[in-house]
Amino acid sequence: MALCLTVVCLVCSAVVGGAYALTKDPIDAAAQAKTTASIAAVLPAFDGVPEQGKIDVDGTEYVYYKAEGAGYAVISTTSGFGGALTLMVGIDTAGVVHNTTVLSHSETPGLGAKCTTDTHFMEQFRGFDPAAKKLAVTKDGGDLDAITASTITSRAYALAVSNAVKVFNQLAGGQSNE
Amino acid sequence: MSSKLHFITDGFVKNNPTFVLVLGMCPTLATTTSAMNGLEMGLATMFVLILSNIVISLVAPMVPDKVRIPVYITVIATFVTVLQLLMQAFTPAVYETLGLFIPLIVVNCIVLGRAEGFANKHSVGESALDGIGVGLGFTASLTVIGIVREILGSGAVFGWKFIAGDGILAFVMAPGAFLVLGFLMVLFNKYLAKK
Repeated sequence: MALCLTVVCLVCSAVVGGAYALTKDPIDAAAQAKTTASIAAVLPAFDGVPEQGKIDVDGTEYVYYKAEGAGYAVISTTSGFGGALTLMVGIDTAGVVHNTTVLSHSETPGLGAKCTTDTHFMEQFRGFDPAAKKLAVTKDGGDLDAITASTITSRAYALAVSNAVKVFNQLAGGQSNE
Repeated sequence: MSSKLHFITDGFVKNNPTFVLVLGMCPTLATTTSAMNGLEMGLATMFVLILSNIVISLVAPMVPDKVRIPVYITVIATFVTVLQLLMQAFTPAVYETLGLFIPLIVVNCIVLGRAEGFANKHSVGESALDGIGVGLGFTASLTVIGIVREILGSGAVFGWKFIAGDGILAFVMAPGAFLVLGFLMVLFNKYLAKK
């Protein structure tokens, strides 16, 4: 009885181990491709491979990618309506938001989840200059139209972008050669 | 071989996992927000179902009664893990939408139910056919639920939008899943009773 279970477990572990070994490289490649694609989507065209780094801003650790000559892509997470809302925010060397993209979210389908499809909402962040305008929804006295019936998601989105700008300011401010 | 084809049709109609056996309700309710999601979830479950049925019918005669459930679960979990790794590697987009529900196939009652209720008493060939039949039945049911929910909830079928604007949002969310499942179950069983 025990022998049978042991044999079954051994065989199964071998199969899982084999599958892991076979798929490890494709999985890493897929994850890498996804990151590269989202960096390319939020920053102006650049050459070379973006350099990954970590920085601590206001007690939160952010992962960012530095693309030489193009700017920084910052991964910024805030709390949305249904859970964590994670964005990739691209900020060019002048400190202007180039574009944003949602990496993961758990917002309500048809309402908050529109933050990935509502072009009017997303286009507002393209070329948004945080020095000239306020990164907040109009309800909070800012310059962004919220998604209809999804103010909480819109606020979280705006906050994520504004946090990314803070990260950028710290990164750019700390480097005199920029 | 043709005499054995009823193993497939049984799984599809008489033993339809969703509308007759009412098994595997968790993925059924949670993943059918669109036709495509339902189809993908069904196919993933079918993959595990066919392979676990084959292996379990092979090993069943050698496994002592007392440890049969742990053995079945180990076999099923192995296939699910392999599937999960394969999906992560080759279809990362699909993996992202189904996410959590792929590992949950391990505890899907359909898979263990067919192992315990069918595969351990039948030959390899019959078990494979049963896996195909029940898997197709599950896939078809999930796709139909997904189609209905996508039409009512988003005005689209397989992502092809034919009604402009927002649909009835409730159908994309959990309450709509229960409503659609309930009504489809009534229709399916009414049709079965007539035959």
